[in-house]
Amino acid sequence: MDPITVHSGRTVVLRRSDVDTDQIIPADYCRLPGRTGFAKGLFARWRAADPGFVLNDPSVLDATVLLAGPRFGTGSSREHAVWALQEWGFSVVIAPSFGDIFTRNALKNGLLVVRLPLDVVDELMAAAEADPGRKVTVDLVDCRVSSASSSWDFEIEKRARYLLLHGYDGIEMTLRDAAEVAAHESRRPYWLPRMVGEPAADRRVVTGSVSS
Amino acid sequence: MTGALTLAEKLWESHVIQRGEDQPDLLYVDLHLVHEATSSQAFDGIRTASRRVRRPDLTLAVEDHNVPTDSLTIRDPVSNMQVGMLRRNCADHGIRLFQHGEPQQGIVHVVGPEIGAVQPGMTVLCGDSHTSTHGAFGALAFGVGTSDVEHVLATQTLEISQFGTMLVEFVGELPAGVGAKDLALAMIAQIGTSGGQGHVIEYRGPAVSALSMEARMTLCNMSVEAGARAGLIAPDEVTMAYLEGREHAPVGSGWQDAVEYWKTLRTDENAVFDRVVTVDVSELAPFVTWGTNPSEAVPLSGVVPDPETMTDPEREAAARRSLDYMGLAPGTPMRDLDIDVVFVGSCTNGRIQDLRAAAEVLRGRRVAAGVQMLVVPGSMAVREQAEAEGLAEVFNGAGAQWRLPGCSMCLGMNSDRLRGNERCASTSNRNYQGRQGPTARTHLVSPAVAAATAVTGRLASPAELT
Ligand code: SF4
Repeated sequence: MDPITVHSGRTVVLRRSDVDTDQIIPADYCRLPGRTGFAKGLFARWRAADPGFVLNDPSVLDATVLLAGPRFGTGSSREHAVWALQEWGFSVVIAPSFGDIFTRNALKNGLLVVRLPLDVVDELMAAAEADPGRKVTVDLVDCRVSSASSSWDFEIEKRARYLLLHGYDGIEMTLRDAAEVAAHESRRPYWLPRMVGEPAADRRVVTGSVSS
Repeated sequence: MTGALTLAEKLWESHVIQRGEDQPDLLYVDLHLVHEATSSQAFDGIRTASRRVRRPDLTLAVEDHNVPTDSLTIRDPVSNMQVGMLRRNCADHGIRLFQHGEPQQGIVHVVGPEIGAVQPGMTVLCGDSHTSTHGAFGALAFGVGTSDVEHVLATQTLEISQFGTMLVEFVGELPAGVGAKDLALAMIAQIGTSGGQGHVIEYRGPAVSALSMEARMTLCNMSVEAGARAGLIAPDEVTMAYLEGREHAPVGSGWQDAVEYWKTLRTDENAVFDRVVTVDVSELAPFVTWGTNPSEAVPLSGVVPDPETMTDPEREAAARRSLDYMGLAPGTPMRDLDIDVVFVGSCTNGRIQDLRAAAEVLRGRRVAAGVQMLVVPGSMAVREQAEAEGLAEVFNGAGAQWRLPGCSMCLGMNSDRLRGNERCASTSNRNYQGRQGPTARTHLVSPAVAAATAVTGRLASPAELT
């Protein structure tokens, strides 16, 4: 991944709390095998049901920063939610709180999730609604969000930040620690279960009836 | 930290491979569960980087999210492709896969425990949030996304910062007719959907000790609906009795050594939790959700709440949206709500005990005219057991549909889904907007309530049936 240091962009305001990942992208739209093609599923139900839904507004199509209410991205672990947001064009989501798995998924993909206090998010939302052209800048080096003449510090997991700032591959880093992993493996209790792969023969058997 | 540790901390410490200042820990993963819906991109990544799966022998795959439950033939082309990719990926890397229709297939969180592959003291990961289910065994089990799945496939480890610890103590004796699902819904209604955020919840109290393994799995399963990373219960006699003799459980001296170790898996007396919550269960009644997140729940005897009376403006706004989506008016008794579809199944309530509870209510009764009831066993083993016990006959005799295992109507990913504004009493775990179909309305309930609802055609508890 390319290193990420600073992002600056226009915002979209999603005035909702508890936006779970089923809303961000319904299961229907998650059935693609790759990492692309998910943008059309982004908030698909809300976009379809409500012509006034904010992402239906063509004037915000170039926005790259999503402002949302508390508990954004709770629920399902589907990383498709992150892929859909990114493919739509978002680089940053700012909210008072996020689902834990969503946060991990986002940072692994370089989607910056920035937690700011509720009153600050409210302030940013009000400012964005009053002046849609206004930009917000998220600086990952200083861990600081700024807009117009105000700025706020934010916290982000150190390891994730380090990997993002350098564009490092987390798997590659861990593979360098193979000796330590092997040492742990040699200490694991002998009774722990092990699965054995079997050839993919047709092993299907069904007893009883199936009614529908 | 003092010497005294919580169970979650003990499990964590025993899996730390590497720890650096200001860095997350590198944790070893004892069992990695894989399914078709979140793994294909991870296997792609492995392939693109010319990597290998480090420990296929600690990896187990199933087909569950996409498979049809009315046929062994996967007709849907997209499902076919996803399942086909999983088959190819597992064959390429020597991973044991339970295929649709095979005797051990089922929902990932039902199958793992059932074959004895989940044991106390282990770390268990899966690209699925309900991995918290496995904490019922005193294992540290949590869900991750696809990037983490790839990391685990390639390294058998995960880089992650330690979770907070939280104790949920259920006090008082559980009244008859109230079960693990009600415990979970009542707790979530009390602490909210982010009440457990960032924490591992340990469940304790006499009501928990009295639960079967199946019921403990139901409770731990829904930890994630309280926002928690994981839920767990210290292993005890019930745990050991469940495990003994299962396919992957240790045998002989291995069993003895394991049991000796498992007995040490308890929270130390002086250990301090970051957060403690007490839930009184003595007055608990069957619970049901009215809204579109699992915390929007009331006792079945209650009414649809009035957003007007809510003090938190954000909750009020959420409640208004929920009521609008659910097509409900404040003050309506929950028992007056007519139901179109009843779904018994999922990794929350698709185990043999759940089917027994539903069958007990249905025996000698019929599903109401105009109501469709789906009974979807959590696994082929559950299905077989239910057939052997005559439960399938009860379901078929009552006019319910007896299906093959899979995630089915828990999420709108396979062919089982609600149409239009259908209202469903569901034993699954999520009542989000659109979860069971684009405009579907979901009420989360226990298996017993689901069955009674099927009989009356409106939300009902078994106690109401004559
Ligand atoms: S049954 Fe539902 S919650 Fe459980 S794994 Fe399947 S889709 Fe997820």
